[in-house]
Formats: sequence, structure tokens, C-alpha cells
Amino acid sequence: MDEKNIYLCRCENFTLKELHDLLDSGITSMEEIKRLSRGTMGPCQGKTCRDLIAKEIAIYLNKSMSEIDMPTYRAPVKPIKLGEIAGGDKNA
Amino acid sequence: MRKSADVVIIGGGSLGCSVAYNLAKKGYKNIVLLERKYLSSGSTGRCGAGIRQMWGTEMNCLISRGSAEMFKTLGEETGFGDIEFRQSGYLLTTYDPKQTERLKKNLLIQHKLGIPSHMITPQEAKEIVPFVNTDGMDAAFFCQEDGHINPFKTTFAFAKGAQDLGVEIIRYNPVTDIKYNGRKITSVVTEQGEILTDTVVNAAGAWCKNVGKMVGLSHPVEPERHQILITEPLESSMGPMVMSFAHDSYIQQVPHGGFLMGYGNPNEPKRINFNHGWEFLEQMAQKAVFQLPILKDVRFVRQWAGHYEISPDGQPILGPVPELDNYIMALGCGKGFMLSPMIGKLIAEKMAGEETSLPIDILSIERFAKGELIVETGVV
Repeated sequence: MDEKNIYLCRCENFTLKELHDLLDSGITSMEEIKRLSRGTMGPCQGKTCRDLIAKEIAIYLNKSMSEIDMPTYRAPVKPIKLGEIAGGDKNA
Repeated sequence: MRKSADVVIIGGGSLGCSVAYNLAKKGYKNIVLLERKYLSSGSTGRCGAGIRQMWGTEMNCLISRGSAEMFKTLGEETGFGDIEFRQSGYLLTTYDPKQTERLKKNLLIQHKLGIPSHMITPQEAKEIVPFVNTDGMDAAFFCQEDGHINPFKTTFAFAKGAQDLGVEIIRYNPVTDIKYNGRKITSVVTEQGEILTDTVVNAAGAWCKNVGKMVGLSHPVEPERHQILITEPLESSMGPMVMSFAHDSYIQQVPHGGFLMGYGNPNEPKRINFNHGWEFLEQMAQKAVFQLPILKDVRFVRQWAGHYEISPDGQPILGPVPELDNYIMALGCGKGFMLSPMIGKLIAEKMAGEETSLPIDILSIERFAKGELIVETGVV
């Protein structure tokens, strides 16, 4: 299958082709790849794509996944409306 | 890793990478840049991504003005491509006549230096951002040539430009010590080994004090935590960064579509702290929903924390120090990212012994000992 059509991060439309282009350019840190591609930065918070991207980086670098600098998961677990948070205790 | 270098730059944020790029452009051949984690992992990659020229001191205005010009061509010049520079403006709002008077005085400095800022009424602010809440608003200040830029892409553009000219960039390699003898630096010790050099640039941002201690110096710069959140992407509907002095906050819609907003609590203890908290969320959401009520139904998707490096006068600290030879400070102090092109250029000029494009000696660290402070009051 064409790498252009393989989506690693569906929220941000980040493909395997784009990942390989970044790796070929010498950018091999996953933290850096996240910030340049936006992969893992969408509404799902990387919960579907983080491991997929890490695995592809590990294959490319011939390393184990534990050696990849995987980005942290950030809060919140699920997107929340600002109005609901702004209400503070009144919403409790 | 090279065993020796003509220059070792400590810090892989926008400032360190800009200094590396500008030195390489001057013809420096053997430069090593050391980053403790990944590029842009410190303050640069966590900042609000704003570009602002409406400052209150001449040097802040001049450096930001020059930087805005250089941002226009950086992506193309380095072969990196688009760095998302958008001159979509800054809208500074005030809710207090005293604050308005203070910012009006800043306009005089800005106009003298060619910055096209102006004061507007709350009604005019509404014409620029139709859904801004003008309740209690006293006045606003607007500069169309301020705006947004992508901090990651900018840092990588500098890094690419530098690497293409022979700079070695080493990631995940913290500096553990700097060896020196009298006034002379002899080497930089890192986790991956030692590099012989007599010249060090401190572009370590929030960690600049730690680097200073390695050469027996105490730098008067403290890290202040700021937190930011970003919402889900929406159709483009707000051009400028909306910054409120009353709320100590900044809100902008980035090209990707998300609304990015942040503030820092100045009463927090000054230290490096990357944790993000619930208190911030509640306060930020309240500030945002007050200023831009339509945001109440928008979901936030991510939050993080980073640092402003606070200097006693809110201005950068640039150039050599009196105690040591070839130890160069390149600290933006709370706005290093937006000043990075010009600071890189000025530092490179200074190190090459050339006449600098702006009189950076007044931003030397010696000003604190001499008491020659010109305080910037417009930091949010």
C-alpha cells in the first residue's frame, strides 16, 4: 500500500510517508516529530496513534520501542467545554 | 561528538539555534550546540506563539521590530519552508484608566521607532474582534504588524540553517560542568563527554542560572511558570492575539484553528516546574469566557506549562560578562522566542568583533551592578 495513504494519526492527518520524510531528513526524536507533524496533538490526545508512530520510528531506527522518546499524555483525558470549567464549584 | 569546538552554545531553543545559525553565517566553522532534551523543549516550544512589537522600552521595541522583519524571510532563507508567520495583529485591552495612560506613553516610544500601533476605543476593538466583550473595557491598543508564528517550525528553521552550514547539534546531552582557569574557559563537560573550547554561549533559558553557577557566576534571572491550554480547532474567526493586562492573559487563534490561551501566576514561587494544574484551568477558563464569551461552548483539548525567564527589568541580557573571557549571554528574558532572530544576529556581530546593528552593550549584565535599569512594564 502507498505510504501516502497510510494514516498514523487520524486527528491530524499524519501519514507514514510524512513520518518517513521527517526521519529521512534526520529528525529522529519522537518529541520533535510530534511538534513538527502535529501527530498525537489532536482531540484523541494521541491515544490511538502514539504507539503506532513510536513503533514505526523504532522500525526505521532499528531500535526497540522502549528506546524511543515518546511524548507524555497531556490532560485532559477527554475534551471539556470551557464554560463547564469556568463554572467551577457551581457545576459540582 | 566533536572533541573540540570554536564555540559551544548551550541551549537548543529558538535563541540557541538562532545564535548558531547567525554565527555560521558569519563564517564560524566549528560550532557545537548542546541541548539537554530535544530542540524547543524548554521555553520556546511551550510559549504562546505571539509576535509583539508594542513594548515600553526602546531596546525591546527595536529588537522586536528587527525580528519581525527577519521572520518574514527566515523560512525561505534556510530552505525550511513556511514557519507560519501571520501578521494578524495584537489587541491589548485595558480595564483601568491608569493602565491606559501607561500604555499611551509606550505608544510615543513605539511611534518614534516606526511601530504602527495605535489606541482605539472599545467599540473599535469590537470591529476587529466582533465577539470581544467590552464590558468595563477602558481602551485598547492595536498593532496589525504583530501576530503569530509557529515556535517549533521557527526553531527547526534556525537549526536547519545552522546544520547546513556545518553546526553540530547534539540532543539529549545535558551540560554537567564548565571548566575554566582564571578568566579563560577551557572545556564544557557533558553527559556524553568533554568538548575543549574557550568560548561558551549561555542560551539555556530557564536553566541559565545553573549554567552560570558552573563558572561561578550568579545570574539575576528567575523562571516563572506560565500555563497554556489549547482548544479544539474551529474555523478561522479571530485574527489578533487578545491580551488583557487586567486578566494577565493572552488568547489567540492559531492557524491550525485552536484557540491557545495562557497566563502565569506571578505569586508562585520562582522555580522550574513543568507540572500543570487544575487551578489554572478554572481561572483561565473564567478569563477566556469573560473576554470572549463564545468560547464557553468550545472544548479544550490539551494543557501544558513552561517558563518566562524573569530579569529584574524585563529586558534581555546580552553579550559578554566582566568576570570571564568569551562567556556570552543570550537570554531573552520572557520573550526570547519573539526576539530570537535579532538577538542571534546581534550576538554573532558582537562575537565577531563587529559594530552591532543595535547598541546591545546597554543590555549587558553589568547594568544590574551599575543600577542602570530601564524597566519594561508591559510583560504579560
